[in-house]
Amino acid sequence: MSKKKRVAVLSILLVLALVFSACSGGSDDNGNGDDAQPKILRTNNSSEPGSLDPALAQGTHESWVLDHVFEGLMKKSQTGEVVPGMAESYKMSDDGLTYTFKIRDDVKWSNGEPVTAHDFEYSWKRALDPETAAYYSYQFYYIKGGEAYNTGTGTVEDVGVKAIDDTTLEVVLENPAGFFLELTSFYCYFPVSKDVVEENPDWAKDPSTYVSNGPFLLTEWVHNASITLSKNDEYYDADMIKLDGIEFSILDDENTAWQRYEGGEFDFLTPLPQTVVAQMTADNNPELVIGTDLATYYYNLNTEVKPFNNLKVRQALSMAIDRESIVVDVAQGGQASAEGVVPFGIPDETGADFRDASGNHVTYDAAAAKTLLEEGLAEEGMTIEDMSNVTLLYNTNEAHKKIAQAIQEMWRTALGVEINLENVDFQVKLDREKAGDYEISRAGWIGDYIDPLTFIDLWVTDGPYNDANFSNAEYDAFVNTARNSTDQAERMEAMRNAEELLMGEMPVIPIYFYTQPYAQKSYVTGVYKPVNRYPYFIYADIVQE
Amino acid sequence: MSKYLLKRLFMSLVTIWAVITITFALMHSVPGDPFRSESKMPPAVYENLLSQYGLDKPVPQQYVIYLGNLLQGDLGASMKSRVETVNDMVERGFPVSAQLGAQALLIAIVFGPALGSLAALYQNKFPDYLSMVIAIIGISVPSFIMGTVLIQFVARNVAYFPIGGWGTWQHTLLPSFALALMPLATMARLMRSSMLEVLNQDYIKTAKSKGIRKSAVILKHAVRNAILPVISILGTTISNLLVGSFVIEKIFGIPGLGRFFVQSISNRDYTLIMGTTIFYAIILVAMLFIVDIAYMLIDPRIKLAKEGR
Amino acid sequence: MKADLDFRPEMFEVADKTDLNVDKIRRPSIKFWPDVWRRLKMNKLAMLGLTLIIAMIVMAFIGVKLSGYTYFEQNLKLRNTHPNMEFWFGTDELGRDMFTRVWYGARYSLAIGVIAAFIDFVIGITYGGIAGISSRRVDAIMMRVAEVIYSIPYLLIVILLSVVLTQEGGGSSMFVLILAMSLTGWVPMAILVRGQVLQLKESEYSLASESLGATKSWILKKHIFPNTLGPILVNVTLTIPRAIFAEATLGFLGLGLQAPMSSLGTLANDGLAGLAVGNAYQIIIPAIFISLIMFSFNVLGDGLRDALDPRLRK
Repeated sequence: MSKKKRVAVLSILLVLALVFSACSGGSDDNGNGDDAQPKILRTNNSSEPGSLDPALAQGTHESWVLDHVFEGLMKKSQTGEVVPGMAESYKMSDDGLTYTFKIRDDVKWSNGEPVTAHDFEYSWKRALDPETAAYYSYQFYYIKGGEAYNTGTGTVEDVGVKAIDDTTLEVVLENPAGFFLELTSFYCYFPVSKDVVEENPDWAKDPSTYVSNGPFLLTEWVHNASITLSKNDEYYDADMIKLDGIEFSILDDENTAWQRYEGGEFDFLTPLPQTVVAQMTADNNPELVIGTDLATYYYNLNTEVKPFNNLKVRQALSMAIDRESIVVDVAQGGQASAEGVVPFGIPDETGADFRDASGNHVTYDAAAAKTLLEEGLAEEGMTIEDMSNVTLLYNTNEAHKKIAQAIQEMWRTALGVEINLENVDFQVKLDREKAGDYEISRAGWIGDYIDPLTFIDLWVTDGPYNDANFSNAEYDAFVNTARNSTDQAERMEAMRNAEELLMGEMPVIPIYFYTQPYAQKSYVTGVYKPVNRYPYFIYADIVQE
Repeated sequence: MSKYLLKRLFMSLVTIWAVITITFALMHSVPGDPFRSESKMPPAVYENLLSQYGLDKPVPQQYVIYLGNLLQGDLGASMKSRVETVNDMVERGFPVSAQLGAQALLIAIVFGPALGSLAALYQNKFPDYLSMVIAIIGISVPSFIMGTVLIQFVARNVAYFPIGGWGTWQHTLLPSFALALMPLATMARLMRSSMLEVLNQDYIKTAKSKGIRKSAVILKHAVRNAILPVISILGTTISNLLVGSFVIEKIFGIPGLGRFFVQSISNRDYTLIMGTTIFYAIILVAMLFIVDIAYMLIDPRIKLAKEGR
Repeated sequence: MKADLDFRPEMFEVADKTDLNVDKIRRPSIKFWPDVWRRLKMNKLAMLGLTLIIAMIVMAFIGVKLSGYTYFEQNLKLRNTHPNMEFWFGTDELGRDMFTRVWYGARYSLAIGVIAAFIDFVIGITYGGIAGISSRRVDAIMMRVAEVIYSIPYLLIVILLSVVLTQEGGGSSMFVLILAMSLTGWVPMAILVRGQVLQLKESEYSLASESLGATKSWILKKHIFPNTLGPILVNVTLTIPRAIFAEATLGFLGLGLQAPMSSLGTLANDGLAGLAVGNAYQIIIPAIFISLIMFSFNVLGDGLRDALDPRLRK
């Protein structure tokens, strides 16, 4: 090889190396720096937030951060009660339709400006503005004129939110909704600063222009790597805040995240890999906490497709599922086997748990299920073999896959039916459910507020999430009562009847009630998890040993 | 020569255009769309989002608009992130992926041929077996297993290596190594066989018989000739490194382009799918181009053969 | 001695003009393939690879029946049982017999590898062959098309395609995976075949054969085809592990076979979670088999390459 050629080879290698190495190293994001003094809680936020603007948030990977940097009119206390936050007090009219909030006068935005009622009016109307295209705008439909404005049939003037003065906010509802107060602690109801947002539409994109009002402030956002919050010294309750900051890493691989927790790089972690929860449970590991949740895991049956139009077939499928085994042997996260569609954790009119009071609506009886199925299939002129064309649809996810396989096997052993499984991306599953292009599909519903209605009203005729296409006039009447009555006893009774009716018809097969297991190191204290929220670090502390 | 280069450049552009078109068509034939992910979204909001991102227009029209924007260097707004544009993401993700890829390539280029040469020089002796073992591990253990194993057994036990994440030099070591193993093994194997072949050539024997020191013979004659086939696979190696990084970035939680790519497909984030694909295609085509030219410069037979036909 | 130079017509015999091809080898020769086989047999590593492959293919058929369990049968209470006398490879998270599942998975992995390699082989040899013997213009166009396809990042097209095909065809079947992988997989084979054909067309021995009077079809049949077959065979042997590898990676990204079916790739992916909680056998066992397959095909491919290389003939 000549010298010329050697030079050529070398220079090619150099060019390649240069092309690849024209990059920066970045900074050390390992929160465990030289200075051990500041109390920084390190945890993992499984994916990059699409936006940290409350109106544009889409899910838990945004709301978990938002819950710490913003605060709504009301907030959830350590005991799970709804207590005043930005509001100092509130008044409800006798008909339950009008709420008047008095806003604290010592609350400030992180830029020093006071938080006013005008900010709330502006924020909520902004979330309803069709131009904003907020994902969760339906959460404001309880407000008078909200749905009309959002869907383009009404005007912004008719929306029932009005700032009477700087500290007084009046809200008029469409129907009396006892859960409205709780909703104002939900992240889409968080206020944004009117002045800031109007001046700079891109305010939420950069920590330097980000203005919020919560116990923590956004200080750094390294995209796809980490989000750092620091304590807000101007927060009205700052004395109660022990942490100096929170660092959310952004790591989507559950197993790696767990390794980091175990390796001491995280102080707190959720979600945990299923196998890890099972192991920790078996070991009685004190770092594991099974957080309560307000959600139901269920299977839709497409009642418009044979043989699922047959009640006996639907009941047989439900009866052949050993839910206890699913919970204990498969899901293994401390879940409760479903007894209906409404999960535990919702009080009824007497203060007792709604679930406990209404009893168990599902049974496990493999032998009876087999008989029922044979009868049902005979009525439809079908045989067991015809069931082998049936497909169970679920969205691609390890946990769903395991449960689907376990149930497939239960149906095979108990009923002799061999169904197929099919996993698709979440979007595709939703599309197919909407189009009725499925036979059995996995679904889950997380309660928006603590009232059975958030579950019961899913199956009203033509309801937007009624993928089972269930339709029953009596059921609709019960839901109507629950929506419009101000008498709690009457409402609860209607919902108990509705659930009993629904479970008798079995258009959906409830499997279990979710939990949210999380792990925290022994030196972490004060973390609490309101039933339908991610864990709060607001009053958390790191106790130095 | 320059005529050939021009022709080659033109073909590269055609290739990139073809990749854009094929991806665009494929992407729009995948069921589901970016905004169906939240089942609770009101239909009115959904319609609004479609029109905000121009998805309400017919696909051919979207294609024309996209190409127009692309020519101005605009990769569009991400449909999932309202914080960053696709340009932002590529600008941020690329250096990370590039560093990972470059380090892996460097490891592979330094150790692969070296191992291969050693194996050839000590054929059927210990170094040969050692390099064979490494090569076999490299080609037979999928990177997702290698990555997980490295985290579980190395990062967890050696404090020097952080467990996943990105930022410092230490963060880059394990993923670079996991990524490098496959090309390293391939190069070692290739180098071994081409080295064995070269060592049997008459000119090596001549050089030896002329009394030149063994090390000089090996370095000046054998290695220099034996490395040619290794260089010829650089283009595909780089492409494999890019692709391999999908898995490694996911396991190690590295904020590079590969992670965007996999996420964007399951999110149906159309603009991000296009942006990352185009970017990958450009790099790949550019690398193939460079390697082609390099090989042409090195091996005159290639040039003759091309012009002869 | 003058008389010796006296040539007379009766001293000559008229040559048989029906066969002008003097290139024909008229004496029995060592046949090419037996010779390759003879030399392959001397390569211990390659033979080990071949033996392992045969053993695994056999086990893929009978191994699934040996333990008495099926691949889908669950015994939830016996989940995560470490390997013992009852469950030779232990059980998985749902209490299924790993021994059966591994062989069942090996069956799918091998089938995916072999079928994908076969499709690559057929398309590649056809496309490459046509390009090689066509006119320069046609050849140029065909090669540019192949180049474009090859420039699309490999995994990208596989991911996109498997999403498209799966969701229109229903169920991520083996067929979809193979099709998606073959769509770009044939290109290296086509380029190889074309290069071989071109090179051999202009090689000295083809020229010699031609000048010795052999016809084009004779040359193609007797020289080009056997000589291209070697490198092609080697390439096929190396395509199989590549396809198996790609399938395993797809399984990791959630695009693998439909549960409860399994391939070695999906088994390894399912087993990843066991690593953190002391069930490492759930990943190690499938990983060993993936590696064994990779190893076997690779050493066999290498051995074949050496055996086919006339320069290394001893």
